[in-house]
Amino acid sequence: MSKLITDNHFSDADAFYAALTDAHRELAPEDSERLNARLILLLANHIGDKQVLLEALDIAAQLEQ
Amino acid sequence: MQKTYSNPIYPYRKSPDQDAASAVHHPVIIIGAGPCGLAAALDLAKQGQASVVLDDNNTVSVGSRAICFSKRTLEIMDRYGCATPMVDKGVTWQKGKVFFKEEQVYEFDLLPESGHKLPAFINLQQYYFEEYMVNLADQEPLIDLRWKNKLLELDSQGDGNQLQVETEDGVYSLSCDYLLVADGANSKIRSSLGLESKGQVFQDRFLIADVVMKADFPTERWFWFDPEFHRNQSVLLHKQADNVWRIDFQLGWDADPEEEKKEENIRPRIEAMLGKDVEFELEWASVYTFQCRKMDDYIHNRVVFMGDAAHQVSPFGARGANGGVQSVENLAWKLARVLKGEASPRLIESYNTERQHGAAENILNSTRATDFITPKNDISRVFRDETLRLAKHYPFARSLVNSGRLSMPCDYRDSELNTTDKGFEGGLHVGFVCQDAPISVAGQGSWLLEQLGNRFVLLVNGDTLDEKELTELQAISDDLEVIDSRNLEDPEGLFAQRYALLGGHAYLIRPDQYIAAKFKQANVNDVSAALKRALGFNLEKTP
Repeated sequence: MSKLITDNHFSDADAFYAALTDAHRELAPEDSERLNARLILLLANHIGDKQVLLEALDIAAQLEQ
Repeated sequence: MQKTYSNPIYPYRKSPDQDAASAVHHPVIIIGAGPCGLAAALDLAKQGQASVVLDDNNTVSVGSRAICFSKRTLEIMDRYGCATPMVDKGVTWQKGKVFFKEEQVYEFDLLPESGHKLPAFINLQQYYFEEYMVNLADQEPLIDLRWKNKLLELDSQGDGNQLQVETEDGVYSLSCDYLLVADGANSKIRSSLGLESKGQVFQDRFLIADVVMKADFPTERWFWFDPEFHRNQSVLLHKQADNVWRIDFQLGWDADPEEEKKEENIRPRIEAMLGKDVEFELEWASVYTFQCRKMDDYIHNRVVFMGDAAHQVSPFGARGANGGVQSVENLAWKLARVLKGEASPRLIESYNTERQHGAAENILNSTRATDFITPKNDISRVFRDETLRLAKHYPFARSLVNSGRLSMPCDYRDSELNTTDKGFEGGLHVGFVCQDAPISVAGQGSWLLEQLGNRFVLLVNGDTLDEKELTELQAISDDLEVIDSRNLEDPEGLFAQRYALLGGHAYLIRPDQYIAAKFKQANVNDVSAALKRALGFNLEKTP
């Protein structure tokens, strides 16, 4: 049974998207990569639940194929 | 180079077996007097089983090798009777620091749980660990330890083994029912039988330098990721007995082992790390590579592989010697009972299934640590480095930092030897190892684990049982001792807290101190059935 929320769950989707792209705007690709890594680690810890995290990893990996 | 320790030389002694007209037969012969071979002989002796140990050398480990021994290993050694000198000589530590590039990112204090006889782990050079076991083995009449006896040829058949053994007095023959093999990671016996240990080779080299420090250093474990004095690699500093410090430099795959081992090349590395004014003497150095691998089946006919010969891990997490000793303890009680005809011959197979599981867990943990220490590609390195940067400020990231997860005993929760249907709530689970607790018996301070092991124990709260029922339980088997928890005083309440034994509740505890069954209301039928199951009689029904 899926536990990952895939319907809209943002309190302000547009504001988040703008903040995300703003954070990267001035960064070189290597620095962007590092920022993304920190972001993933922070959010992953906030979620915590192993099943949710693995489902998200699974979906993200599938779209690559 | 080595000054703090000189290796004892154990004498070769001619055995009467060498003058016998035909091959003398022994139930058990053990090849290799390292940590696992010695542990096997000591454990078998505790179960009343004699053994002959053959070793092609005449001393203990040359150089330190394994240095970290976990609580479970020390509990096993305590059951044999040699934990005390190990703990007295060893270094007990609980604090550590983690560094990334030029700065410290955090420090930790492991704060071990109280109420255990033995510490969470000690650091002790492998040669001391072996020496204390040899000292004990020498006093044990059931152990025949033969130095400078080299196995030349092995003929392994379904019903036993024929051996040709070389000594300075020539070659002689032996035969045995079971041959236990602990001849190390590159086991010659394994390859001579055409058997393989399969897994992953890591393309990396490490330099071990054991040094004696003139100055005081704190008793802590320091781990550097990518430090300025050793770019792009990792370094570990850790204290052992006799003021000897283990320094472990990651070198990368292209390093030349012979060059790196030279003192003139080691000194500048250590000076860069500690500063030029720190005085030290180099005690021992070695360059190693490692593999994580295991055999698909540790048992071939009546040849049983143990230790690194059976399963090998990376050093991160101290799971080699610790995992090896825990495998030995799993095997010894089973083999002793099979030889006495008290268990199903198939009980030996459960050594393989239970310890395949143990080795898989150890390999998984040590592989994960290795992958964190040595990222396998660019993005893995980005995640590793950002984890370390976050760890300086945010505690959550410290849980991801992996420089080795220290060895914990694995559980056998899915073992076929377990009886899982009639338990009670709370306490310890079936398939798990017993936890220690301070107790006293008849006013004498003691420890719970000192009451367990070497035979089956039914640990029961006899409150709702009458004398007759307790007597009947005691009569089930000579190999089962009933211990009524009401006779154990519990000064700190930790035994009650850890075991949760209410009236009538009981645990069936194996000779290796693992829990085979739990009972809500102990009775002869259920306990007898669980004991039979733990002795492997149910394995005969499954093909």
